[in-house]
Amino acid sequence: MALLEVQDLHVYYGHIHALKGISVAVEAGEIVTLIGANGAGKSTTLNAISGLLRPRQGRVLLGGQDLAAYPPHEIVGRGVVQVPEGRRIFGRLTVRENLEMGAFRRTDRAAIEEDLERVFALFPRLRERLQQVAGTLSGGEQQMLAIGRGLMTRPTLLLLDEPSMGLAPVLVEQIFETIRQINAAGTTILLVEQNAFMALEIAHRGYVLQTGEIALAGTARELQANEEVRRAYLGG
Amino acid sequence: MEWDVLIAIFPSVVVDGLVLGFVYAMIALGYTMVYGVLQMINFAHSEIFVTGAFVGAEILLIMQAGGTLGALHPLALLAVIVLVAMLVSAVLAVAVERIAYRPLRGAPRLIPLISAIGVSFFLQDAIRLVESLWRNAFYLTYPVVEFFDLRIAIAGDIDVPIKSILVVVASLLMLVVLTLFVNRTRLGTAIRAVAEDQAAAGLMGINVGRMISLTFLIGGAMGGAAGALFGVQFGTINPYTGFIPGIKAFTAAVLGGIGNVPGAMVGGLVLGMLETLAASYMSLLTGGAFGAEYKDIFAFSVLILILMFRPRGLLGEVVREKL
Repeated sequence: MALLEVQDLHVYYGHIHALKGISVAVEAGEIVTLIGANGAGKSTTLNAISGLLRPRQGRVLLGGQDLAAYPPHEIVGRGVVQVPEGRRIFGRLTVRENLEMGAFRRTDRAAIEEDLERVFALFPRLRERLQQVAGTLSGGEQQMLAIGRGLMTRPTLLLLDEPSMGLAPVLVEQIFETIRQINAAGTTILLVEQNAFMALEIAHRGYVLQTGEIALAGTARELQANEEVRRAYLGG
Repeated sequence: MEWDVLIAIFPSVVVDGLVLGFVYAMIALGYTMVYGVLQMINFAHSEIFVTGAFVGAEILLIMQAGGTLGALHPLALLAVIVLVAMLVSAVLAVAVERIAYRPLRGAPRLIPLISAIGVSFFLQDAIRLVESLWRNAFYLTYPVVEFFDLRIAIAGDIDVPIKSILVVVASLLMLVVLTLFVNRTRLGTAIRAVAEDQAAAGLMGINVGRMISLTFLIGGAMGGAAGALFGVQFGTINPYTGFIPGIKAFTAAVLGGIGNVPGAMVGGLVLGMLETLAASYMSLLTGGAFGAEYKDIFAFSVLILILMFRPRGLLGEVVREKL
């Protein structure tokens, strides 16, 4: 059984049929990426998994258990955390307070300290900026903080929404390298990206979304080699 | 000229200004915290405040009727009425949010505002009804506790009633505790996180609904404490007493920068002080042309001036977020 199974998901915004029967599976230990153009339904899929949107039809199963009944904060409690698009860090809180909010539900003090060290190992910059108000960080630092804050929930499944958005190319490479490290340390990742080239570089498998439907699915290698994908998303 | 008089009364004017200022500050916290989290003006907060005043009065009146008013030390008495008033007002504030605001979450912002105005009227008349049935009167006067009216010297031959000192000390204490709570604890940080971005807070595992309840609980408790202290200080209350202090405390919250906890305290103190200074000195300084009844005009004129130059309030500033 897959860790996460999204089955025939239909989501509406008012009358707009945004997801028209999406099915995605993520096996424990994988990096799976959803790629596709703006408005294809990538973020909508993540928000439905996180409980921010209620699907009209279809199911989200985590380890076989339906998540439909749970509000967002309890889905986090079950090990699924989303690092949302646009980072959404708490700009008026300090870096430390942001990280503490990631660990809000947890009471295992020793393990929280451990995870804090893990986050600092991935992003040494955050340790230097610990007392700084998060809104004054640079864009790249804010993305590090957003990922670090998500990791502080100690997720089994990390949902990343456009982590490369708005970052300079050198930072994009760094962030993707970090994502690979986080996965290597045992966290399963579902990655939504417009930067299909980089996403397919680190992913095991991928799905191509097109106007609310899955147009293609396969291993990252297969998708990289696919003519259509090359033309539409890889600029060649 | 009466300069001697002006100078002689100055210290007690300052104390009166502080008393009023701290009462405004405590009420203003309820407005500002709810606004900070929900971007909503809780118009029913003035009735949460007045409920505290009625709870304090009822405790004292019932004890007086039973002849036990002298049994407790006056300080213990004050502690009892303030704590019970806090408890009742806090529970009421949480209930109001659950019943009248929460079902409207996601509705346009004017809708909960109208609901709050409705709750405000409802509570005024509910208090009136209950008191009318129970006492056949809805104007209540706090029983005299002599200790509170004793005057103690604060400097030279200047003396002020003990109750004024008590109000200042009690509010100061609560404001310090609240500030520490909001800035230094995990729950306080979570309230600030929810205030900033509810969806992101939910995505981090914070129960947003519970944090909103907690905000109403704290604001209500502060309002209840302010109500009981207000009653001890000023004596007579009725179900509609909350309206004017409520409007002024809301103004104080705006003056300090709405949504900003230290701002509410500063705004309350500034407004209370301006109003008291105007009430005490306006008549003397204008040769009787403007009497103490112009105090609100003076205080609000200054307020308008401040907001013209600092539209976000004295302490209100937005942290610019880089994109």
